[in-house]
Amino acid sequence: MTCDLCSKNEATVHLTEVVNKETRELHLCESCAREKGAEAVEQFGAVSPAGEQLTGGLAELLAGLTDLGIKLPGGATVQSIACPSCGLTYEDFKKSGRLGCGACYEAFRKVLAPLLKRIHGSTEYPGRVPPQAQEAAEPKPDLPRIKEQLKAAVAAESFEEAAKLRDKIRGMESKPRKKEKSGG
Amino acid sequence: MVVSVTLDDLTQQVGEWLRGLGEHADIAISSRIRLARDLEGIPFPHRASKPQRAQVRARAAEAVQASRFLKGSLVLEMKALPEVDRQLLLERHLVSRELISGLNEKAVVISDREIISIMINEEDHLRLQVLQSGFNLQEAWVLLSQVNGELEKMLKYAFLPEWGYLTACPTNVGTGMRASCMLHLPCLVMTKQINRVLHAITRLGLTARGFYGEGTEATGNFFQLSNQVTLGVSEEDTLDNLERLIRQVVEQEEHARKALLAQSKDALEDRIWRAYGTLKSAHLITSNETVDLLSLVRLGVDLNMIPGVERGMVNRLFIQTQPAHLQRMEGRPLTPAERDSRRARLLRESL
Repeated sequence: MTCDLCSKNEATVHLTEVVNKETRELHLCESCAREKGAEAVEQFGAVSPAGEQLTGGLAELLAGLTDLGIKLPGGATVQSIACPSCGLTYEDFKKSGRLGCGACYEAFRKVLAPLLKRIHGSTEYPGRVPPQAQEAAEPKPDLPRIKEQLKAAVAAESFEEAAKLRDKIRGMESKPRKKEKSGG
Repeated sequence: MVVSVTLDDLTQQVGEWLRGLGEHADIAISSRIRLARDLEGIPFPHRASKPQRAQVRARAAEAVQASRFLKGSLVLEMKALPEVDRQLLLERHLVSRELISGLNEKAVVISDREIISIMINEEDHLRLQVLQSGFNLQEAWVLLSQVNGELEKMLKYAFLPEWGYLTACPTNVGTGMRASCMLHLPCLVMTKQINRVLHAITRLGLTARGFYGEGTEATGNFFQLSNQVTLGVSEEDTLDNLERLIRQVVEQEEHARKALLAQSKDALEDRIWRAYGTLKSAHLITSNETVDLLSLVRLGVDLNMIPGVERGMVNRLFIQTQPAHLQRMEGRPLTPAERDSRRARLLRESL
């Protein structure tokens, strides 16, 4: 196979990406990869400054976003969305391919849902959940369960953990449960 | 007792991932998993103000101090490092290009033996990484998951139940996990099967990049295979899928090695010994030529053709012959010509 750039030398550096089961490839010889590599990769697909190839030609996906026909309530257009927290606009997002903060995911939800589906093939999240989010999901501390956990912690000689549980139990037993502070 | 590592210690020692041990270590050089994490309520690094980035760094440093796994780790602020040392970290796969360009409030935490590292204020607030030698994704995940769990008690991350961990780039949202193995596939390249193999695995949801993609020298024989998506699949299923496919690629390389030995052993031995001979006698050698020839020598070691040369030593030379390592070794800046000479001497003395 000859190099896609110089069409002379044997291609030994191969870049591949898959968008919706469609494979795109770029084959380069070593000297082109060295000299023009970075540039070629940029043309080929969006590359993050970390050198990682962005999945699925993100730039291309973003460019196609306006054609998604997203309808917002009140006849607003996606172009008019801005994140209330960091001020990122839809244009900023399209240009950089990056969101501005966690709250952007709420602000741009309508735009992001189809985009995430196209990038990942799914919008389901079956992965791990951080402890704070778990607490939010099940807000009632269960006294008998925590007492069991304390027993287990003592049996396992995890005294640091046991002390925390003990304090938690004391707190729960000494006063009626107050409304929890909302996490912020 | 807390023992702190320094950058000088680092240059004296060898990263765990270069030891050349672990399952399938002849073909799978190293296994790496990274998690992208961002703090809730602070804009992502590219939108954050300097004080906000400083806040991220301070909060991360505080959590690292309190971590059992990271006690005694080296914490390096990029701004405070000379160019050659930043390059050295890049050559050792401990930081990315993004981390060493534009240095405001960027830092890296490096654990003893370089197994765990955390980049601060890269594309995301935190990039947690575990890097180990051999085909070792499961062990890497157990460790990374513990480190993440510990930090997660102290740091509140941006998270939505339906989309998972929220990251600067939508390609990382969800698990924020990118797992990869660096494979050495010289015989799939020699037998011209590599394109077919890469084609097949990319259709099954993996991404293939060269060693080059990581910002080091181009060579056709190193390939880094990683998962592509971070939504719709749990961390464990992502790893299972990646492992299963990598196992198949490793088997294909094993077959190619056997076939070459059966059909053209003399020609293969000739190539390997010529490569060894050049490395053993050259007085000037470029970085690219070194990588190509070392790749052949490594194959020779794997096939037990070259007695007395250790795999770990060959692995080490891939890294130590790179520019920043040579300059650190010599203790002064070297011109490219001086580097070629110093590199050749290191190779002659080591092999």
